[in-house]
Amino acid sequence: MSLGAYVGRRLLHLVPIALGVTILCFFLIHLVPGDPARTILGNQATDQRVALLRHQWGLDRPLPVQYGKFMGRVVHGDLGTSLFYGVSAGRLVLQRLPVTLWLIGFGALLSVLIAVPLAVIAATHRDRLPDHVVRAVPLVGLGFPPFWVGIVLLLVFGLHLGRGFPVGGYGNGFTGHLHSMFLPALTVAFGISPILVRSLRASLLEVLESDYVVTARSKGLPERRVLGRHALRNAVISTVSVLGVNIGYLVGGTLVIEQVYALPGVGQLMINSINQRDFPIVQGVTLVFSVMVVLVYLLTDVAHALLDPRVRFE
Amino acid sequence: MSRPLLRVEGLRVEFNLARGVLRAVDGASFDVQPGEALGIVGESGSGKTMALRALVGLLPRTARIASGTVEIDGVDVTAAGEDERRELRGRTVAMIFQEPKTALNPVMRVGEQIAETPLVRLGLSRRAARTRALDLMRLVGIPDPTRRVEAYPHELSGGMRQRVMIAIALSADPKLILCDEPTTALDVTIQDQILKLLGALQRDLGVSLVFVSHDLAVIAQTCTKVAVMYAGQVVETGTVDAVFREPRHPYTLGLLRSVPDFDMVREHLSSIPGSPPDLASPPAGCRFHPRCPFVQDDCRGAPIPLIELGGVRATRCLYHERCAEDVRREPVIAGA
Repeated sequence: MSLGAYVGRRLLHLVPIALGVTILCFFLIHLVPGDPARTILGNQATDQRVALLRHQWGLDRPLPVQYGKFMGRVVHGDLGTSLFYGVSAGRLVLQRLPVTLWLIGFGALLSVLIAVPLAVIAATHRDRLPDHVVRAVPLVGLGFPPFWVGIVLLLVFGLHLGRGFPVGGYGNGFTGHLHSMFLPALTVAFGISPILVRSLRASLLEVLESDYVVTARSKGLPERRVLGRHALRNAVISTVSVLGVNIGYLVGGTLVIEQVYALPGVGQLMINSINQRDFPIVQGVTLVFSVMVVLVYLLTDVAHALLDPRVRFE
Repeated sequence: MSRPLLRVEGLRVEFNLARGVLRAVDGASFDVQPGEALGIVGESGSGKTMALRALVGLLPRTARIASGTVEIDGVDVTAAGEDERRELRGRTVAMIFQEPKTALNPVMRVGEQIAETPLVRLGLSRRAARTRALDLMRLVGIPDPTRRVEAYPHELSGGMRQRVMIAIALSADPKLILCDEPTTALDVTIQDQILKLLGALQRDLGVSLVFVSHDLAVIAQTCTKVAVMYAGQVVETGTVDAVFREPRHPYTLGLLRSVPDFDMVREHLSSIPGSPPDLASPPAGCRFHPRCPFVQDDCRGAPIPLIELGGVRATRCLYHERCAEDVRREPVIAGA
């Protein structure tokens, strides 16, 4: 099967997954106590007023009917209208999507840049001091929750050490984004890179004992080339999958980080909308998130196949 | 005789294990003249693979050379630094491994793997290295090299993969090729092709071979000289002809008698009783004495030195005459 056909077929899998996610999300949010009409009208509003608004929004209809109407619109690319902003929920989500994509992409890049050298140092100094340090320190780091790491980074680099980085916001233009998003991305990287280091170190150690590394050494190649062309090239194959799974997790983790750094991303929109019971937006964001996770997994599989010629597209 | 290409003297390889030091190779000595093929034969675990890997400094992480000298082309490998050893690898000494499936990098095209030594070590241009790879593939008998050069190892058969390994070994014109059971993982018919190829290359290119195998027939087919290893020690050396015709160590005799005999010289197919000793605590005296049919009291005492028998012949057996007599009574090879 060609790469194109494979991607096409995998994209078809997206349909049932998205369907399942929307069902789950739709019914879950209606289980949450609290009513958008009551929230918007306030506690003083009469029951008739609230009931009228609920009727206008269609919230008094049975849930399956509401779901059917929701899905009918989704198929046409319409996520509904925000109950609070009065504009298209899809537009709102799309407007904020670039911020979140920046955060995820930049964070993943930084975590790779941190993890690869550390894993190489650890694996090539197996059971010696550098290895112990590389293994112990990130493990401690993994114990700190991202919101705490984010706040500490903000305090240290944003306020105390020369205020080199903005304490919030998304910045303007590419370099502006790069500058503003550095600390948030670093927070993301601190969460992922310990896992990457562990995985890459383990697979490097395995690969370094393999026969083909002995073959590479028997050619009299410089150790740098043995490591880069032979060992690392094989070791990253399994780590790519680990990275993919963690980026999948990260899509949800952006909620917290966007909140800490006041980033106008999808995660922040999600939190505000949950507080306001803005159902169309919550549903829209969930749908977008689930599509993103599936796409990340697909991308991971494609990357895996491109890195490993033994993998067939099936 | 000219200066040997490879000279090994009292080589000891040790593994540091939790339960103590394991001597995988304990005082191995042998040499190889330019253009010569030496076979090293022994059971699995007799130390032959470790001896081979020690020659070029490619021991596993937990093993080290404890003592002895290895001299390759006039360079004392044991005294040399890692850079000097690396310089020797590929260009002077190349290796072929037992399992071509795992010895080739699975994510690199075979052409690239063959061209790598010429590219990095000989400083050839990319284009010239590729041409060299194609020439080598033709030399080792890989059909349709212009197509195969783009293949990944998993797309080739076992025999083709071993041919690729041989092409890699030849890629920088080494003087010596160390072959670690190169045919063990292959089908018998393919085995024969690979052995013939190695024999032809040795003859035509004048390259020396060290051929490690547990298979006596393989050694007989490819080598002129043989060293028999048991429990980390070389127990007998000599020309293949002499050793196979009239073994002077009971272990060699046992090995020869346990090879199925299709010429019907012998009436029985025998096996060596017992099993090889634990190398962390080998038996005192002759290491073979617990399994030896000719064992005497003094075999259990002091370590037995290698006894020179003239020429390249030597044995680590005090009673090698009895062994020789036994063979005269019941020959092991047809026509002997």
